[in-house]
Amino acid sequence: MYPTNFRYTREHEWVLIEGPLATVGITDHAQEELGDIVFVELPKVGGKVEAGKPCGTVESVKAVSDLYSPVSGEVAEVNAGLADSPEWINQEPHGKGWMFKAKLASTASPDQLLTAEQYEAYVRQETS
Amino acid sequence: MRYLPKSPEERRDMLRAIGCDSIEQLFSSIPLEARLGRPLRLEPGKSEPEVLAYFRERAAENARDYTCFLGAGAYDHFCPAVVDALISRSEFYTAYTPYQPEISQGTLQAVFEYQTLICQLTGMDVANASLYDGSSALPEAVMMAVRATGRRRAAVARSVHPEYREVLATYLRHQEIKITELPFAESGQLVPEALAAAASDDLAAVVIQSPNFFGVIEEVAAAAEVAHAAGALLIVMVAEPLALGIVRPPLEADIVAGEAQSLGVPLSFGGPYVGFLAAREKYVRSMPGRLVGQTTDAAGERGFCLTLATREQHIRREKATSNICTNQALCALMVTIFLSTYGKQGLRELALQNLAKSHYAAARFRERGARLRFSGPFFNEMVVRGVGGGAGAAEKLQAHKIVGGLELGRFYPELAGDVLVCVTETASRGKIDELVRIYTGP
Amino acid sequence: MSEQDIKKARRHVSQNEGLIFERSSPGKAGAELPPLDVPAVAAAELLGAQNLRTAIDGFPEVSEVEVVRHFTRLSTWNYGVDTGAYLLGSCTMKYNPKINEVVARLEGIANAHPYLPASLAQGCLRILKALSDCLLEIVGMDALTLQPAAGAHGEMTGLLLVRAYLEAQGNPRRKVLIPDSAHGTNPASAYMAGYQTQSIGSNERGTVDLAQLDRAMKDDVAALMLTNPNTLGIFEDQIAQIAELVHSRGGLLYMDGANLNALLGVSRPGDFGVDVLHLNLHKTFSTPHGGGGPGAGPVAVKQFLEPFLPVPVVVERADGSLAFEFDRPQSIGRVRAFCGNFGVLVRALAYILANGAEGLRQLTEDAVLNSRYLRKGLEGAYELPYASPTLHECVFCDKRQARYGVRTGDIAKRLIDYGFHPYTVSFPLIVPGALMIEPTESESKQELDLLIDALQCIAREAIEEPETVLQAPHRTRVGRMDEVQAARKPILRWKPPGEAAS
Repeated sequence: MYPTNFRYTREHEWVLIEGPLATVGITDHAQEELGDIVFVELPKVGGKVEAGKPCGTVESVKAVSDLYSPVSGEVAEVNAGLADSPEWINQEPHGKGWMFKAKLASTASPDQLLTAEQYEAYVRQETS
Repeated sequence: MRYLPKSPEERRDMLRAIGCDSIEQLFSSIPLEARLGRPLRLEPGKSEPEVLAYFRERAAENARDYTCFLGAGAYDHFCPAVVDALISRSEFYTAYTPYQPEISQGTLQAVFEYQTLICQLTGMDVANASLYDGSSALPEAVMMAVRATGRRRAAVARSVHPEYREVLATYLRHQEIKITELPFAESGQLVPEALAAAASDDLAAVVIQSPNFFGVIEEVAAAAEVAHAAGALLIVMVAEPLALGIVRPPLEADIVAGEAQSLGVPLSFGGPYVGFLAAREKYVRSMPGRLVGQTTDAAGERGFCLTLATREQHIRREKATSNICTNQALCALMVTIFLSTYGKQGLRELALQNLAKSHYAAARFRERGARLRFSGPFFNEMVVRGVGGGAGAAEKLQAHKIVGGLELGRFYPELAGDVLVCVTETASRGKIDELVRIYTGP
Repeated sequence: MSEQDIKKARRHVSQNEGLIFERSSPGKAGAELPPLDVPAVAAAELLGAQNLRTAIDGFPEVSEVEVVRHFTRLSTWNYGVDTGAYLLGSCTMKYNPKINEVVARLEGIANAHPYLPASLAQGCLRILKALSDCLLEIVGMDALTLQPAAGAHGEMTGLLLVRAYLEAQGNPRRKVLIPDSAHGTNPASAYMAGYQTQSIGSNERGTVDLAQLDRAMKDDVAALMLTNPNTLGIFEDQIAQIAELVHSRGGLLYMDGANLNALLGVSRPGDFGVDVLHLNLHKTFSTPHGGGGPGAGPVAVKQFLEPFLPVPVVVERADGSLAFEFDRPQSIGRVRAFCGNFGVLVRALAYILANGAEGLRQLTEDAVLNSRYLRKGLEGAYELPYASPTLHECVFCDKRQARYGVRTGDIAKRLIDYGFHPYTVSFPLIVPGALMIEPTESESKQELDLLIDALQCIAREAIEEPETVLQAPHRTRVGRMDEVQAARKPILRWKPPGEAAS
C-alpha cells in the first residue's frame, strides 16, 4: 500500500527524496478521509517551504485541510494538472496526484519523518 | 393565541406523554435565580385588526402622496406588479437557505439566474448570491482585494457614498488595512493626479463609484490603468445599477459591487436591500458569500446547489473569506423578477427615461439661473449649487407635497448649501417644474 | 386496462421549466412605460459616446405571463414553512404570520425613503422606538441598535462594542473564548473585530467545562461568546458561575441569541449576567427567512456599552418627536447604511404586538413542549449523546444507523420522502453524525406524531433496507445533486449556447 521508498508525516503527507529533489503529495489514507477532492492550492514555484509549516490547502466539498510541507527548501515545480484534475489525488495519491517538488535546503535526511511501516502503524492507531 | 396549533387538552396529553406534571417543570434546568418571576411588561396581545390599525396609524405619520427627489443610494422606480405577486409565493418567502437542494430548486435556480443577470449587467464573469446591502458590499470587496493581492491599503474616492465609506472604516478599523481618500475635481470625477500619487506597491485596491455619489459617471478605464500599473485591483461600486441600462459597464474593473435596491426592491426606509458583488473569474475563490452552481443529479437531470462552500465561515471559521452567513435571497429574487420583466429593451428604456427627466430638470435649473456644482456627465442625479440651506425651501416644498433633494453639508462641509437632486421616471414634468421653481425662488 | 397499456405522458411541463434566458426571444417584453412627458434626449451627447452602452448582451426578453409561469413553477420546487414542518435546529423555522406581510407593504411604510426629513418619518421612527422598547423588556437589557442586517452582522457589531469599551478602559485585550458547540459565524465574527479565538470544551453534560474556562479566562481575554441555551438545546445551568468568572477577570459576557425562542417570558439574558447580546429577528420573531435572507440582528447591551452603539440612534426630542442622532463621539461608527433592515423590523414588531406578554411566554412553552415530546418519541430509535434536559431543540446522532452505512445526511434525505424538511445535519460539531432537531411551537401534535412515525420508519429502514435510505430522496423532482462536479468545474452563470461554458 505505502511505498517503502517514501517517507511520511503525521499530517499525512508523503515525500520521495531523490538527490537534492523532494516530491511531495498526500497519502492514500488522507485522500480517503477527505473524500472527493475538488481543489488544491499549491505553493508558488520559486517560493520557500518549511518543514512542518502549512504551504497549501486541499479541499473537498465540505472540508478544507492544510497541506504541511515535510521538508524545507525552494519549490521547483508544482503539479499543474491538478488545477483541472484534482481527482488525480483520489485516483493515484502516490503517483499522478503528486503536488509539488522542492529543492532541498540541506542534504541531511529529515529525521522527523516516518517509514512506510511506521506510518501504517500510526494510521492503524489513529483510526482504531 | 392564533398562531399556536394546540388545544389545552393536547398540551396536557403531551405533558403526560413526556412524564411532566406541569409546564413549569419543562424549565427546571434553568436555575431559579435566572428565571423571570413575573410576566413581561408588554401590552396584551392584539387581534389582527388591532395590529393593522396600529401600523396604519404609523404609516399616516409618514410622508404619503409626496413626490420625492431623494436618491443618494435609495431609488424609487416603477416596479411591475408581478414582482410583489411572485415573491409573495410562500414557497419562496417562507423557505430557508437552500441547504437541501432536492427541495430548494426554486430558490437555487432563481439565484443562478440572479448571478447571471448581475454578470450581464456589470460585464463581469462571476457574481455571488448577494450580500446584505451596498454599504457592506464595499468592505467585502476591499477585503477580497486584500486577499487576492496580499496587500493592505485601499485608495477610496471621496465621491463614494459617504455612508458606505463610514461602514468601510468600521469594518477595517481592526484589520490593519489602511485607507487613503482621493479627492474629486470640478467635474465631480476623481482627480487623476491624486490617484497617481496614491499608487504604490502596498496598494490592494482603488475604489471608485460610478455613477458616483454626486450622480457623475467616472472615467473607469483611466482609473483601471493606474490601479493595474501599481499591481492593485480596481473596485467599481454602483449604487444606482439602473444606470447600467444605458451606461457602458465598468469592464476594466476587477470587482464590481454595490446596491441593487433600485432594481425592484421597495425603499422601505432603508432596508432590507440587496448588495451585489461580481468579479473576474480568477478571483472567484477569494469571493465572500454564497454561490450557486449548476450540476446534475444521478439521472443526469440539470439542477443547482450551493457550491465552493469551503470559502465560508461554517467550514473555514476564522479563516473564512467573510463572516457573512446569509445572503438576501428574497431581495435578490425581486431583482431577478424585475430585470426579467423589464428585459433587454425595457431596462434600456427605463434608463433613458431617467436620463431624459434628470436632464430636463437640469435644463430648467439652468434656465432659472441655478448652476450645477459639477461638469461631468450624469445619469439621474445632480448637485445643484447653493439652493439649499434655509428651512424655507424645505417647508415650501412640503406645502406642495414635494420632498426635495439631499442637503450635502451633512457629508461634505465644503458643499454646504448644495443639494443632491434625484429625478427618476416617477417624477412628472409638472412636479419637476414646481421643484425647480421653489428651489430657485420667485 | 393493465398497467402496461397506460401510455405514460412525458414529465409534466411545469416540472420542466428551463432558465429564464432559455425562454427569451427578441422583441418580447414584460413591462411597458408611460410615454415620456419631457423631451427625449440623445444619450450619446449627454453621456459621451465612450460611456454609452448599446445593449445588455444575453439579457432575457420575455412577456409578463412567461415571467409569472416561470417563477411560479420554480416556487413549486421549494419547500417552505407553509408547506410543512421545517426541523432545522438553531434556525427556528416558525410560522410567518400573514398580517406581517400586509403591514410591511402599507403605503407610507414600504415606500418611505431613508433620507426623509424626520418630520415626515415620525411613523417609521416610532416603529423603531416601539420595537426597541419591546425587545429591551424581553431580554432585560438597557440599550439597543437595530442596524445589523443579520445574526452574523450582529455578532460582529457586538464584538466591536466589546472592543471599543475595553479600548476606552485602556486595553482591548486579544482573545475571545468560544465554546466548541458554537456556530461557525462566531470565530469568523471575532476575527472581524480583530480578536483571536480560543475554543472551550464541553463537559459530559454538554455544557461549558467550567474548569477549562477557569484556566483559559486570563487577563488577555476580552469576552466569552456563549450561546444559551446552547446548540445542544441545553441551558447553561452554571451561568451564574460563568458570568462571575468572566466578569471577575475583566472580561465581558457575550450571548449569541440564536436560541432565544426557548426563553421568552421565562428567563432574560440581562438578568443572568449577559453584557451584550444579538438577536435574530428572523428566528425568534417570525420574520420570513426568504430562502436565505433578509434577516435582522439587533444588538442589545448593558448601559455601560451604550455610548459605543453604532450611529445613528433614535432619540426623543423635548417636544416628544423622534429623530436620529448622529453625533456620538464614542460610537463604533456605522455597520450599515441607513438604519437597518426596516422592513424586517416592522414584521417583528407586528409579531410582538400580536402575541403580547402572554403570547410570547406561551409560544416558548409550546416550543419546548414540542421539542421534549419529539425527543421522547425518538429516544428509542436514535442515540441521544447527552442525557441532560433540553429546551427548544435536541441533538441525536447516527451511531446506531452508521453500523449499516446510513449516516445523518442519508436519514435527512429520506425524511424528505416522508414530506418533512430535514433537521440540521452534522451540527453541532461536537456530536459526530448529529441530527439537530428544532420543531418550534408551530407544529401541532398531529404533525409531530407523523414526524415521529416517519423517523422511526427510517430507523427501521436503515437496518432492513439501507439502500432505500442511501439512495433517497426518491420522490422529488431531482435527486441528490453531484456536488463534487459542481465544485470541481464550477458553472456559476448561464451563457448563450455557442459561448464556451465557464
